[in-house]
Amino acid sequence: MTEPVIQVSHAAVGYDGRAVLRDVSLTVTAGEVVAVLGANGSGKSTLIRAVLGLVPLGAGSVALFGTPQRRFRQWHRIGYVPQRLGAGSGVPATVGEVVASGRLARRGVLRPSGRADREAVAEALRAVGLADRAGDPVATLSGGQQQRTLIARALAGRPEVLLLDEPTAGVDAASQEAFAHALRAFRDGGGTVLLVAHELGPLRPLISRAVVVHQGGICHDGAVPEPAGHHAEPGHDHVHPHCDEEPAGLWSM
Amino acid sequence: MDLFQYDFMLRALVGALVIGLAAPALGIYLVQRRLALIGDGIGHVALTGVGAGLLLNRSPVLVAVVAATLGAIVIELVRSRGRTSGDLALALLFYGGIAGGVMLVGLSDASSGSLNAYLFGSLTTTSPADLVTILVLGVAILVTMLVLRPALFAVCHDEEYARVSGLPVRALNLLLAVGTAVTVTIAMRAVGVLLISALMVVPVATAQQVTRGFRATMGAAMALGLFAAGAGVWVAATADTAPGASVVLLAIGSFLVVALLAAGRRALRRRTRPVAVPVAEPPEHEVVLR
Repeated sequence: MTEPVIQVSHAAVGYDGRAVLRDVSLTVTAGEVVAVLGANGSGKSTLIRAVLGLVPLGAGSVALFGTPQRRFRQWHRIGYVPQRLGAGSGVPATVGEVVASGRLARRGVLRPSGRADREAVAEALRAVGLADRAGDPVATLSGGQQQRTLIARALAGRPEVLLLDEPTAGVDAASQEAFAHALRAFRDGGGTVLLVAHELGPLRPLISRAVVVHQGGICHDGAVPEPAGHHAEPGHDHVHPHCDEEPAGLWSM
Repeated sequence: MDLFQYDFMLRALVGALVIGLAAPALGIYLVQRRLALIGDGIGHVALTGVGAGLLLNRSPVLVAVVAATLGAIVIELVRSRGRTSGDLALALLFYGGIAGGVMLVGLSDASSGSLNAYLFGSLTTTSPADLVTILVLGVAILVTMLVLRPALFAVCHDEEYARVSGLPVRALNLLLAVGTAVTVTIAMRAVGVLLISALMVVPVATAQQVTRGFRATMGAAMALGLFAAGAGVWVAATADTAPGASVVLLAIGSFLVVALLAAGRRALRRRTRPVAVPVAEPPEHEVVLR
């Protein structure tokens, strides 16, 4: 069964008149674990943000579960893991409170949180190995643990597809392992994954397909390229040749 | 306490207590979003409404609610588009608001004392009709902020994630803006437009010195707001001081006491447990003192 979960057709995205993505097409079918690879500034994060409608398309189209992105309303089917915790954290919040936000897509704005919500939050925290930190303020967690909190938030909504923006960037080894474990469990439960990464690390065995973005276009779509000695994949190698391609502000949001 | 046998005193006290609960319940979302000073700006705009109300012989509180709401919606639209030009647009709105207010109050028959009453609060001016307005709107704000806490928390914590969750982000942002305007205007009587922002922000800043989570912070801030408002009105009545100033100074006094106690507790803990546990202390004072 190959129902397209995400379908990007000839998408183009530009900021201030400068093209970041040009004529990108990508289809992700149910059960796939697709990694979007590329150097900093290649446009790979923009691709995932365009899929979610967080940046407007200049041309082309995006469909989610067969529905045009603009008319898509079943957001509970999607779990989004941003690169890092949002800036708006002036007031302390516990890990449990942040993860509980992940239930809103399913529950709606007005219905109070019930037992199913609490169970889903507890299960998501167990899946990322943070069950004992539910009552701790997120600000006291390490970067890797904060990242796991965000993954738990996405998992708490019991989505069908996970979209992750650089989930392992700057994350300690223990958190990377916990993260790979959670992702494997999600895939084994029938979930689909689209993730942006700079390097794969312990995620490598999970990836069923790799897409390499280079200078706003897709230059490879298929098997995961070898990490070293494969300079035929220009965007992949762990170097930073195109860092000034995009303004820094885009990545820090 | 004999003072509270007078009806006007009782009205002032009840109004202040409702505001003491509602202002921090709304203010916590503003602090979370790092918009701690927005209430102050909306207060300036509300003053134009007061002036217009006095000039037109309508209820100043109701006209101010309308003016502040319109101002808040404009501010929110500027913010959501927001880039650097928004900063200047806000400045124009704020100073235009206060200048318009002073001008209109001057044109009306009202004395200069009544302008002061709206700027800094006054115990004797809360009419029975005002109290009804304060009660109805204050309770509405309180209930909305409590019922929508998960959604508003999500929007203020991570707006993009909220959008991808399918939440009505724009509607919730507008609700918050309108709520701020309403809170500012109903609090005019008790603490005045120039000081209301303090009652939204300072109890939250105090609470988060010692709390670990959002819900706990909200509860503690509401308790602190209730205390500052009640005690402030009592002090104002007893010592014949401006109620707004009394309420705000009590709130700031609580902040200093709690901040010192929290710092002492941290120091003590560091001494008994030499290995520091927290990785990164959140910059707790930043919100108020910026």
